[in-house]
Amino acid sequence: MTVRPLVRVQPEDFDVREETLRLTEGRKDVGALVSFTGLCRDEAGTLSALELEHYPGMAEAELVRISQQALERWPLTGLTVIHRHGKIVPGENIVLVIAASAHRRAAFEAADFLMDYLKTRAPFWKKEHFVSGSGGRWVDAKTGDTEDAARWTEKENRS
Amino acid sequence: MNIRYFAWVRERVGVEEETIDVPGNVKTVADLIAHLKSLDENHAAAFEEDEAIRVALDQMHVEQDAALGDAREAAFFPPMTGG
Repeated sequence: MTVRPLVRVQPEDFDVREETLRLTEGRKDVGALVSFTGLCRDEAGTLSALELEHYPGMAEAELVRISQQALERWPLTGLTVIHRHGKIVPGENIVLVIAASAHRRAAFEAADFLMDYLKTRAPFWKKEHFVSGSGGRWVDAKTGDTEDAARWTEKENRS
Repeated sequence: MNIRYFAWVRERVGVEEETIDVPGNVKTVADLIAHLKSLDENHAAAFEEDEAIRVALDQMHVEQDAALGDAREAAFFPPMTGG
């Protein structure tokens, strides 16, 4: 059976419990479910909000492309990716990835892969706003994120 | 051609979106960047660190040596920082 990923890009918050139920309710073939939630931190009290800009249309399309890659690579029973945009304050959710599978390894790896690829390929940009009120600052991309994403192609080349 | 800008590239150019006439000698993304840089100071400032700029043609990631082909929309933006 073809698994269709659920991909949403939205300003509003999501409910992890509700999204988890969507992947497990009424099913008896799901043996593992890995969920990752990314939240906004306050950077030791200095950050007042994050502003998430996105490329409407491409953000959804790219998340679908990354999800399809994960589905081709691991035997998943379900996959959900939700990314918020707009103003997000410390303590609030930013992103959710849930991977469901018969066995744990596929679920762990698929969720990890999704987050690594999402960070380097999905068109979203964070601007930090500070409690001190001194203008906003665009977050720089981290080299570590690019290295994390490269791990998955290295693995492919080795096999 | 429809051109879109995001994040600090958008702020430096000063507009989110614009339509430009692409001269016949502009064949690749790199040619398009060189052309945009020549338009005015804002564009020149936005593309100053042109190697850092990422590009999408019709909402698909491409490299700067990619041919524009029949693409209707080009988007320029900094490395992505979502998640």
